Amino acid sequence: MNSIQLLPIGTVDQSLLERLSKALTAEFIAGCEVLESAPEPSFALNMARQQYSSTEILASMTDRPVSAEARILAVTSVDLYIPILTFVFGEAQLNGRCAVVSTSRLRQEFYGLPANASLLVERLVKESVHELGHTLGISHCVNYECVMASSHAVELIDLKQRSFCRACRARALAFRK
Amino acid sequence: MNDKAHLLIVDDEAVVRDSLAKWFQEEGFDVSAAMNAQEALAKMAAQHFDLALVDIKMPGIDGVELQSRMHEIDPEMVVIIMTGYASVETAVAALKNGAYDYVSKPFDPDDIAHTVRNALSHRNVERENTRLRETVATMTQPKEFVGQSPAMMGVFESIQTVGPTETTVLIRGESGTGKELCARAIHAASSRRLNPLVVLHCGALTESLLESELFGHEKGAFTGAQYRRKGTFETAAGGTVFLDEIGDINLKTQSDLLRVLQEREITRVGSSRPISVDFRCIAATNKDLEALVKAGTFRADLYYRVNVFPVQLSPLRERRSDIPLLVDHFVRKFSGAMNKRISRVSPAAMDLLERYSWPGNVRELENAVERAMVVAREPELQEQDFSVQASAAPECTRRSLESVEQAHVLSVIEDCQGNQTLAAEILDIDRVTLHNKLKKYGWRKTTAGAP
Repeated sequence: MNSIQLLPIGTVDQSLLERLSKALTAEFIAGCEVLESAPEPSFALNMARQQYSSTEILASMTDRPVSAEARILAVTSVDLYIPILTFVFGEAQLNGRCAVVSTSRLRQEFYGLPANASLLVERLVKESVHELGHTLGISHCVNYECVMASSHAVELIDLKQRSFCRACRARALAFRK
Repeated sequence: MNDKAHLLIVDDEAVVRDSLAKWFQEEGFDVSAAMNAQEALAKMAAQHFDLALVDIKMPGIDGVELQSRMHEIDPEMVVIIMTGYASVETAVAALKNGAYDYVSKPFDPDDIAHTVRNALSHRNVERENTRLRETVATMTQPKEFVGQSPAMMGVFESIQTVGPTETTVLIRGESGTGKELCARAIHAASSRRLNPLVVLHCGALTESLLESELFGHEKGAFTGAQYRRKGTFETAAGGTVFLDEIGDINLKTQSDLLRVLQEREITRVGSSRPISVDFRCIAATNKDLEALVKAGTFRADLYYRVNVFPVQLSPLRERRSDIPLLVDHFVRKFSGAMNKRISRVSPAAMDLLERYSWPGNVRELENAVERAMVVAREPELQEQDFSVQASAAPECTRRSLESVEQAHVLSVIEDCQGNQTLAAEILDIDRVTLHNKLKKYGWRKTTAGAP
């Protein structure tokens, strides 16, 4: 992987994207550019659940022309789901090129708490590195501090680091070669 | 942790199968999916699964039915039922049928992750428990009960017959014949083998001590009773109580014991509240209980209560054919323990051992072999290594009538603790005759009947 393209879907705070871009550049040592915003993904909306299907958003992204060495990460503020789960923070194509993350449940306000901008950035960076990790073929890690640890709740996101553990970093490097 | 546990997802909706399979793959599981019961059962026939997530509502065979069929194939597999709506009826039906848990769609990711993880660790604990129970069962098999003589074969058969029952057993035999080993073998052959076998040597305890040993006591029941203590019958919970030397119990405790055996209830010393107890009783004695009953020192009703299934252990001198086998067994045992390379006994030494009368029976033989092993030089035990040499001279079967009578009269009077009336009754001679014989054999009542 030599470049990352950030695709804002719907309204996403520009400064948030910039801070994310910087963090991803540092973590993956790869160029990171912010693409032009895509419209709200109304095609993926489930009316009954009032949530958006992450799988359908991913499917819509595969048409975009992206080189084999590049990854495209969609960032959205809408709440995502997959049919069997009540929600997901994000979804990625394992060994693929596309991934999507949502800021919806990373915000403290979602849980009735006062807003915390830096905590939101921290969580978004972790989830973005996590989903991009899946596109590099890395599964969940049992080390709870590794960014690839599976997180089913924000508390678990807060618990982990924003970088790979040694084993997962080795996997990421192996993939690059 | 649970990485690479094998998961089987059964759901007729492709979207559910796919998204669950992908999600669990990312969680580090090895996932297979099936669209209906037939496919699921076919996959189970081809591969082992640790856990199955089964949709309750499927065309054809539904989830509850499928779960039963899965458990017929693999009772250890954990089955979690998925329901579209959290309906209490279906969930209860599934759980009654043996499902581990049920989850309603869509799942909270945290909940499903926990449920699956808990289910797998629960299954692992159960498996480990089964394995440990099997290990314990093999460890509780008594290995030292050796013999091939007709007498011992009869004993082994009795153990196999009475072991699995709840029957009270009375083991009779001279001291050193292996009464406790026999009790252990009966316990090991019973369904109580994983529960304790509590041994109580009744002869070693005074009246009040025996009472508190058997029934336990409350704090402050007597001087020195600083804590509440459980008695033998309570400690044996679900297991076996082995009352050794039951013939030595005094009349007062005999009546208490009789009540416990009848009512299966005990009352701790210093308490008035009866506690029900679950135990099996095995008793042993080297005394002639019938004679003690006749003499009035052993309660007849307790005798009948205890003497339900008697097992008679023959003295070693009556099963001499077992001596080489036993010697061999002890030599192996002690050579391992003493780290000595001795593996055989010289023919002359074996001949000596086979001729000796062994009044102390197998215990005496064991001690003799142990002592010989200490002094012997590798690689074999010689005649001179055994201290039984001197006393081996009078061969049991070639003795005068008088010497046999002397030995028998003296052993009976000792057994009756000097009570001449009782001894005369057992020997079926009158007291004057007995008195004369005792005088002739130079017997003097030195110990005043104290044990």
